[in-house]
Amino acid sequence: MSAASETALGLKESTTPAGRLVKLVIHALVLVVFAGPLLALLVSAFNHVSDPTQLSVVPSSPTLDNFTVAVDQGVLKYLLNSFFVVGFGLLLQVVVSTLASYALARKKFPFMTLVFVAILATLMLPEEILAIPLSLILSDLPLLHINLIGTLAGMIVPLGAWAFSILVMTEFMKDVPRELEEAARIDGAGEFRIFAQIILPMCRPALGVIGVFGFTMIWDQYLLPMLVASDSSTYTLPLALRTLRIDPIVTPGVVMAASLLALLPSVIVFLFFQRSFVHGLSSGALKG
Amino acid sequence: MTVTQLKPVDTGSPDPTPPRFSGRGGRWWVPWLFLAPALVLFLYFKFVPMGSALVMSFQNVQPFLGNQWVGGDNYAKVIASDGFQQAAWHTVLLALCQTAGSMLLGLILALLMEGQSHRLSFIRSAAFLPVVVPMAVVAELWRIMYHPTGDGMLNSLIGLVGLGPSGFINDPHTSMASVIVTGIWRGAPYDMMIFLAGLAGVNRDLYEAATVDGASRARRLLHVTLPGLRSVFSILFILAAIRGLRVFTEVFLLTNGGPNGSTEVVMTLITKLGLEQNRLGVASAGAVLLFLATLLLTVVVSILRRRERE
Repeated sequence: MSAASETALGLKESTTPAGRLVKLVIHALVLVVFAGPLLALLVSAFNHVSDPTQLSVVPSSPTLDNFTVAVDQGVLKYLLNSFFVVGFGLLLQVVVSTLASYALARKKFPFMTLVFVAILATLMLPEEILAIPLSLILSDLPLLHINLIGTLAGMIVPLGAWAFSILVMTEFMKDVPRELEEAARIDGAGEFRIFAQIILPMCRPALGVIGVFGFTMIWDQYLLPMLVASDSSTYTLPLALRTLRIDPIVTPGVVMAASLLALLPSVIVFLFFQRSFVHGLSSGALKG
Repeated sequence: MTVTQLKPVDTGSPDPTPPRFSGRGGRWWVPWLFLAPALVLFLYFKFVPMGSALVMSFQNVQPFLGNQWVGGDNYAKVIASDGFQQAAWHTVLLALCQTAGSMLLGLILALLMEGQSHRLSFIRSAAFLPVVVPMAVVAELWRIMYHPTGDGMLNSLIGLVGLGPSGFINDPHTSMASVIVTGIWRGAPYDMMIFLAGLAGVNRDLYEAATVDGASRARRLLHVTLPGLRSVFSILFILAAIRGLRVFTEVFLLTNGGPNGSTEVVMTLITKLGLEQNRLGVASAGAVLLFLATLLLTVVVSILRRRERE
C-alpha cells in the first residue's frame, strides 16, 4: 500500500464483485444527479416536444425545429450580443488588470498599500448590491455626462474593474525574477516594453486563470445586463431566455435549444482550460 | 520580495553615479500611468456607486424634484417593514441551508470521488458541469423539471416511490426548499472541487501513522482528514455565505419571490423597490444593510480563523 495514492476513505480497488457493484452504483448516481439534467436539456433541444411540461430523456422524434424557431426569435442576435460583451469585456478586464498589477507588483510608490487595499476591498462588494446605483451612474456618467443605458458598452465598461484578476496577477508578477527586468533595462528597453515583452510572457499561467474565470463570470452575469439593457435589441442570451419562456407560442424545446447555445461557450471554455480553472479555483480559494 | 531586498547586494559596486531610472525603476509617475485605467474604472464603477448608495440611503430620492435629506428614515422604514424582515429571514435561511447542504454534499462527493483513475476524473468533470452552466440556464432547466403536474419530470421521478405530485416552486410550502435544492445542485460540485484540493494537501504520513496505530477508517476520517480540512471549511463557508446573502438570479428566474412572497429575498425585494416602485432611497438603505451584513460576516469569520491559527 503506497501512501501517496492513499485516499481519505482508503477505498482501494475493490476485489469483491459486491464492492465493485456498490462503487458502480455510486458513480452512476452521481452522474445521473449532476449530469442527468443537462443531458435532458441536450436531448430536449433536439427533440420534438409535444407535451409542454416535459423534458425528454430519450430522443423520440429528433428534429432541428427548436433551433429554427429559436433563430426566428432572434437568438442569434442575442448570442452575438453575448459574444460582443464577453469579448470586449474580457479584453478590457485583462488589459486593465495586468497594467495595474505591473505597477502593484513591480514598483514601489507612495500610497501603494492604500491603492492595493482599496482595490481588494471591492472583492467584498458584491455587484448585486451595487447594481442599482451603478445603473444610475451608467445613465449619466459623472463629469462625462454620457448615457450608456441601452448600449452594450454599458455592460462592457464596468467589467474593467475586477479585483480578482488584479489580485491573481499581482501575486504572480511578484515572483518573476528581477534579473530579467534589469537585463532588459540595461539594453535600453522602455517601461512598456518591459511590461509587454518581459513580464507578461512569464505570466501565461496566471493569464489563463484570469481569462477563464473572467469569461465564466461575464458569461454568467445577469443583473447588470438586465439593468443596462433597455429593450431586446441589447439583450444578452441569458437575459433572452426568460423572454422566450414567457412567450406563449414558444415551447420548452425552443427554450432548451436557446439554453444549449447559452451554456455551450462556458462549458467549452471549461473543458479546454480545465487545468487553469481547477488550479485557479483551489489556489484562489485556499489562499484566502 | 526577497529579490528586492537582495538587490543592493547584487549591484554592490561602489560606483556612485545614479542609474538612469531611480532605484525602483522609472520616474514617479510611471506606476500611476499603469494604474490609471484601473483607478478610473474602480472609481466610476465601484467607489462612486458605493458612495452614492450610501448617500441615497439617507435621502428621499426624487429624480426631477431634487433629493431631500431624511436622516435615518429610510433605514427605519426598511427595518420596520414586514416585507424586509421576511425577506431578510428568507435570505438567511436560503444562504444557510444552501451553504450547509452544498458543503455536506460536496464533502461526501469529494471523499467518494477522490482518486486517480480515469473513470473518477471523468465523473468529477461531468459532476462539475453545473458550476459552469450560466445560472439563467440552470433556472430555466429546473423550472421545467419542477413542473407542478404529475407528469412533470421530477414529479414522475418522486411518483416512482409513491410521493407527490408536489407543486415545487409553485407551492408556498415547498417553494423555498425547491430553490435551495437547485442552489445545492449547482453549489455542491464547486465545494467538491475545493475539498478535493484540500484533501490532496492532507499529510499522507498521518494516514499511514493512523493505519499503523490501528485506527479504523471512520476514526481516521474523524481525527486526521476532517481536522486537516478545517481551513477549507471556513473559506468555503465565507464564500458560500456571501454568495448566499446576495442571491438574486436563481430566485428572480425561478419564483421572482413568489408564490405569495414565500421566497422573497433581500435582493429581489430591493430590485422591486428600486426598479418597479422607484423608491431608490429605501432600496439603497436595504442594499447598505445587506452590505453591512456581508462585511460583518467576513470580519467575524476571519477573526475566528486567526484566533484558531494562534
